[in-house]
Amino acid sequence: MTDFPRTPPRYSATFTPAVNAEIRRAAATGIYDIRGGGTKRHLPHFDDLLFLGASISRYPLEGYREKCATDVWLGTRFAKKPIHLDIPITIAGMSFGALSGPAKEALGRGATDAGTSTTTGDGGMTEEERGHSKTLVYQYLPSRYGMNPDDLRRADAIEVVVGQGAKPGGGGMLLGQKISDRVANMRNLPKGIDQRSACRHPDWTGPDDLEIKIMELREITDWEKPIYVKIGGARPYYDTALAVKAGADVVVLDGMQGGTAATQDVFIEHVGMPILACIPQAVKALQDLGMHRKVQLIVSGGIRTGADVAKAMALGADAVSIGTAALIALGDNDPKWEGEYQKLGTTADAYDDWHEGRDPAGITTQDPELAARLDPVLGGRRLKNYLKVMTLEAQTIARACGKNHLHNLEPEDLCALTIEAAAMAGVPLAGTNWIPGRNGGF
Amino acid sequence: MQTFDLGAEGLRALNSALHGLKGQTNMTAWEVVNPKGAHAIAAGVDAPVDITVRGSTGYYCAGMNKQATIRIKGSAGPGVAENMMSGTVIIDGDASQYAGATGRGGLLVIKGNASSRCGISMKGIDIVVHGNIGHMSAFMAQSGNLVCLGDAGEALGDSLYEARLFVRGSVKSLGADCVEKEMRPEHIAILEDLLSRGEADAKARPEEFRRYGSARTLYSFNIDNASSY
Ligand SMILES: Cc1cc2nc3c(=O)[nH]c(=O)nc-3n(C[C@H](O)[C@H](O)[C@H](O)COP(=O)(O)O)c2cc1C
Repeated sequence: MTDFPRTPPRYSATFTPAVNAEIRRAAATGIYDIRGGGTKRHLPHFDDLLFLGASISRYPLEGYREKCATDVWLGTRFAKKPIHLDIPITIAGMSFGALSGPAKEALGRGATDAGTSTTTGDGGMTEEERGHSKTLVYQYLPSRYGMNPDDLRRADAIEVVVGQGAKPGGGGMLLGQKISDRVANMRNLPKGIDQRSACRHPDWTGPDDLEIKIMELREITDWEKPIYVKIGGARPYYDTALAVKAGADVVVLDGMQGGTAATQDVFIEHVGMPILACIPQAVKALQDLGMHRKVQLIVSGGIRTGADVAKAMALGADAVSIGTAALIALGDNDPKWEGEYQKLGTTADAYDDWHEGRDPAGITTQDPELAARLDPVLGGRRLKNYLKVMTLEAQTIARACGKNHLHNLEPEDLCALTIEAAAMAGVPLAGTNWIPGRNGGF
Repeated sequence: MQTFDLGAEGLRALNSALHGLKGQTNMTAWEVVNPKGAHAIAAGVDAPVDITVRGSTGYYCAGMNKQATIRIKGSAGPGVAENMMSGTVIIDGDASQYAGATGRGGLLVIKGNASSRCGISMKGIDIVVHGNIGHMSAFMAQSGNLVCLGDAGEALGDSLYEARLFVRGSVKSLGADCVEKEMRPEHIAILEDLLSRGEADAKARPEEFRRYGSARTLYSFNIDNASSY
């Protein structure tokens, strides 16, 4: 018998081992996969853009000598007390409940030292955060857990949450493991239940109602506080326009890469648009209404570096917001806990079962022993360092582009590496003057 | 009695004056005339003051009220007494959608009917409706008491948590996880007190009501209940 070469085993590109594993898991349990974090699949992102830098036609600023300012005003449209931040990188809303008390404190400390704001979340305002965050944005969510006029008044801004990038159209969830006595009490819920938050606000629907709701919040707070409206990256042109029409001072736009504390994996991976595709549409809406820079735009979803910050701002954002990256700076997913990640059936940098409350790094948990692992002072310092590095990186790029303020970055400073990114971001494909969809393109 | 002409002086002046009462106790009675359906009338008051609104109100009248007694001598638009913390709101006429939404305390009395989603996401407020309540009332209601002397619309108490619902008339249908429960002496006592404080004791007796509450089957996610979520 002749030994003919055999066809080597070949994996399907459609039915990959990961896909098959999920089919088996679903078949065994009958429940969808819930996890934390953001999209894990590859998406067109800021990495697909490059800065051109200065040359003969534009001249750069001298690093360290010539100033490149980074400050930002938020809420200048209607609020009597707009917010002024030293850096345009804010900390996104993450709930107490999803995060531990010390983690909220660490965020407040780090952000305050770096000259920026933090944001509450679905679960109300904690003393840890109010006490340590100089500038605190108070979220107004469909669940209204813990909502009260005193906290509204001691907030520095109010963020009406319509949607989140990880789950545009979805409500929150917090599973029983994390509903401790304190969390249950703050949310008026029985301890240990699997909490479902509504996806729509209980007392308004549609843009006309939202306008009245915003007016009510302004009345309650005597028109002092900036009012943000947070939207998930679904239909950014129309949603931005409607938020402006409803009276928002600031629009917060969260792309599909944006993290979450707990949501169905199918939601995280399949609903919403990448932030790259969202920013130009939101900016266009603001420009069409003559409101660009008058209503500020904060964008988020997978922002990791100063380069990401600079690119988002070059596309027209006034500031950015970070969630996941801030948690990693505090110590989330750190390889030093590898032994424990292994016990949980995962590995450092891949751990996403934040909803289970067993976070070895002590951040996404309500377990007092685990939570005690995070030193809020040290965590705050790490966050401050990280925010500083991001700011320096963004300034480095801006100076190289000849800009004396991060806000002076512009789409003309950018080119795209892929046709997709060029089309989404509305900047030319590198080496061409081609922006797909414009200049007579398709 | 301090009279405030809303038509002439405007909403901002009214709310600003009412907010200025915080900490004061000497000014106890206010009257608001010409409300003409304005929104956010007396929103965010935090003082033991008695405010009478002579006419009908728009959205969110008495929103987030603390301590005040607010009387509406007309009907109320959507979201009346939303997120009320304490105090009392009494409406002579009807209330539109989401009356008492997310309320955390105090007492809301509606002498007419309440529209859909009355008591949605309520978190401790007591609501007494002399007439009927619309569909999806007490949706996701967390705690507090909702008393309805008339009939309830479809899907009463859908996905509710620990709120108690008392209905004297018919219930068109119960929402997911909402079931009828036994009326025990402690519930009769709660009702007696609420009917009296809700100015309804002459209209109904506690024994005439049925009680509804959560079957608690949705408290822990269970795949066999998936069609109810
Ligand atoms: C642990 C965690 C909890 C979150 N909780 C909330 C929340 O309560 N409300 C909200 O609007 N967004 C929430 N988000 C989303 C963030 O506000 C933000 O939109 C997102 O994290 C930004 O994307 P990034 O994580 O890629 O930076 C949460 C995100 C994380 C990671």
